[in-house]
Amino acid sequence: MITIYINDKPYKVEEGQTIMQAADKVGFRIPRLCYHPKLSIEGACRVCIVEVEGAKNYVASCAFPVSEGMKIKTNSEELRRARRDIVELILDNHPQDCHTCERDGICELQRLAFSMGIRKRHFEGERKHYEKDLSSTSVVRDPNKCILCGRCVRICSEIQKANVLGHAHRGFKTVVMPAYNMPFSESVCTTCGQCINVCPTAAFVEKNYTQELFQKLNDKSIVKIAQIAPSVRAAIGEAFGLEAGKAMEHEIVAALKRLGFDYVFDTQFSADLTIMEEGSEFLERLQGKGKLPMITSCSSAWMKCLEQFHPDLIENVSTAKSPMSMMSAMIKTYFAQKIKRDPKDILSVAIMCCTAKKYEASRPELMVEGLPATDMVITTREIAWMIKSSGIDLLDIKGENFDEPLGLSSGAGTIFGTTGGVMEAAIRTAYELYTGETLLDIEIADIRGFKGVKEGKVIMDGKEIRVAVAHGLGNANEVLEIARKDPSRYHFIEIMGCPGGCIGGGGQPYAGYNSIPLDEECLKKRAEALYGLDRNKTIRRSHENPDIQRIYKEFLGRPLSPAAHKLLHTHYKAKEPRGIIPVVNAVL
Amino acid sequence: MPVELKKVSKKDALKKFMDSCKSLPNPESQLIAILHKAQEINGYLNKELMDDIALEMNIPTAHIWGVATFYHYFKLVPQGKHSISVCLGTACYVKGAEEVLNTIRSELKVNFGQTTEDGLFTLQEARCLGACGLAPVIMIDDRIYGELTPKKVIEILNTYRK
Repeated sequence: MITIYINDKPYKVEEGQTIMQAADKVGFRIPRLCYHPKLSIEGACRVCIVEVEGAKNYVASCAFPVSEGMKIKTNSEELRRARRDIVELILDNHPQDCHTCERDGICELQRLAFSMGIRKRHFEGERKHYEKDLSSTSVVRDPNKCILCGRCVRICSEIQKANVLGHAHRGFKTVVMPAYNMPFSESVCTTCGQCINVCPTAAFVEKNYTQELFQKLNDKSIVKIAQIAPSVRAAIGEAFGLEAGKAMEHEIVAALKRLGFDYVFDTQFSADLTIMEEGSEFLERLQGKGKLPMITSCSSAWMKCLEQFHPDLIENVSTAKSPMSMMSAMIKTYFAQKIKRDPKDILSVAIMCCTAKKYEASRPELMVEGLPATDMVITTREIAWMIKSSGIDLLDIKGENFDEPLGLSSGAGTIFGTTGGVMEAAIRTAYELYTGETLLDIEIADIRGFKGVKEGKVIMDGKEIRVAVAHGLGNANEVLEIARKDPSRYHFIEIMGCPGGCIGGGGQPYAGYNSIPLDEECLKKRAEALYGLDRNKTIRRSHENPDIQRIYKEFLGRPLSPAAHKLLHTHYKAKEPRGIIPVVNAVL
Repeated sequence: MPVELKKVSKKDALKKFMDSCKSLPNPESQLIAILHKAQEINGYLNKELMDDIALEMNIPTAHIWGVATFYHYFKLVPQGKHSISVCLGTACYVKGAEEVLNTIRSELKVNFGQTTEDGLFTLQEARCLGACGLAPVIMIDDRIYGELTPKKVIEILNTYRK
């Protein structure tokens, strides 16, 4: 421990930290912008400057280490003015359109400007003018709103290892863009949307479909059906000012009904369906029919990553569609028949925590009966806005149940939303299908939690099944590298494109005041919300879900039947341009 | 030797250079050298070359693009046979660089960064060529021409046109 002085008062702090970290721990939250605890230090914005006695200039507290006896000022009059000028200069090259901006009220830059006390604009200079990139199915890039903090570049290269974005050109002309300034749709972007999550402004936002949906909801001639992903219920409360971790299952159903949906189904039901198909596929592969290790295929960002970055592993990936696409396929066939409606007259809307699902919905191989299975994908953020915009009080609404016959789910389907959940759900069912015995300890601790790559094993009939779980595409690369080198090390690998799994998806509510995007504490609470729902269910294994048993009896036959293959399975193929994952140089 | 070089395609020459970089510690830090080589071989950098470098050196294209656009030296469009740099540094400017520049502009009908229709010249601006004693100066390829007047400039350009 060393002693430092912050604003003339001594504090004991640990050595080896930066001024910002030390100050955080003793209750000084130095203003910051480009800093993110999960990413490398960029020191680009200079918002976090402090005065250090003896230093020639102000120092960036995010990058400067503390030392014994250091005298730091965080709030002197001169420093406050300098900091305010820095933010003002950032604002100067930023469109002054806050009240028509998508992030009005939930913008970090806006909050920062307010807390700096900027009440008047002193500077008026040249401002950048660029075209928006609207080419992607999922992510919209608006360089005019970009303040060059570089968080998106860093999350894309350091956490997701997709390396889509970079700083191009220099000085005033610097723009964050994909290589060759190519449209997003032609780049290696996996559409995970993490750039949106970490962006402090609206330089990255999701492709918004809310107006289109409002219009469709007024159309009396069609049947409007919604499905909700597990992670949406674990996080939507945050958009309404609640603490993270409050599950709002039935409230959303009620809100969606009030918005104008005729039926609200649960993606957790189709998660159970996924487990039936994927679990059965795994058992087949285990018996020698197909490649091992088998890799999950639920995450759309991971699907695109697979096709671009890991085409050699396509055969290892399960052919089972994602729960969203399975649900949509069932809506347009099974359910359409039940209500005796032409699938053309059905609007299938998926409410997802995810921007990549917007891309998935556009994949032509997922069409059903010549129609797109999912007509529209709406993120948690978008639906939260729609609910607010319609004057529906989500916090004070009487909950309703999901509709039959695609609304009942097991606890296994619930935990799909968090990293390790798909694997846990698959083990719960595969174990019993394989051994014929009941798995007693169904909560598998080894594959829970937020470690980048988790390993676990189960013994099925004396056979050791080794599994691995990775979340975030960077961690996925790691586990795949291990599997490439030692193909017999794992039997089954779960990969989720986003940090934390779907609960950390690119479409989840923005971080609130004084919290940071992708905060692990927040992810933990969202995960706990899902585990809580699972614990409170009487049915916790997918194959015990009576509606799953019914759909197989009435419609699909059995898992992996020809009907199931036609509607619930798909295929992948290598895609150009091929992305490059830089190998970290071995120490020579 | 020149005959042999012709036989080797541009791509092979670049590949050979990259191979030599790979034996160095931290090969990815050789990126700027590789881009220089690529430009030397091809005259400018294009997507195809940068994609090749990305795959060969295992460096993301977004990063290569960032470096290639950061430095003025790297050209992203085909260049003329000769490059003309007009010095607009203080000394040259005071001694009439603007007049020299306007003469070149109207004579060649190009602006900064552009190449003449016949593909002979590319016009660039320079901030100081270190020849202030000869101001105003221009540099064509590796050669400095000093104490210029509009008339002299046209004569010099004509020598390259033959």
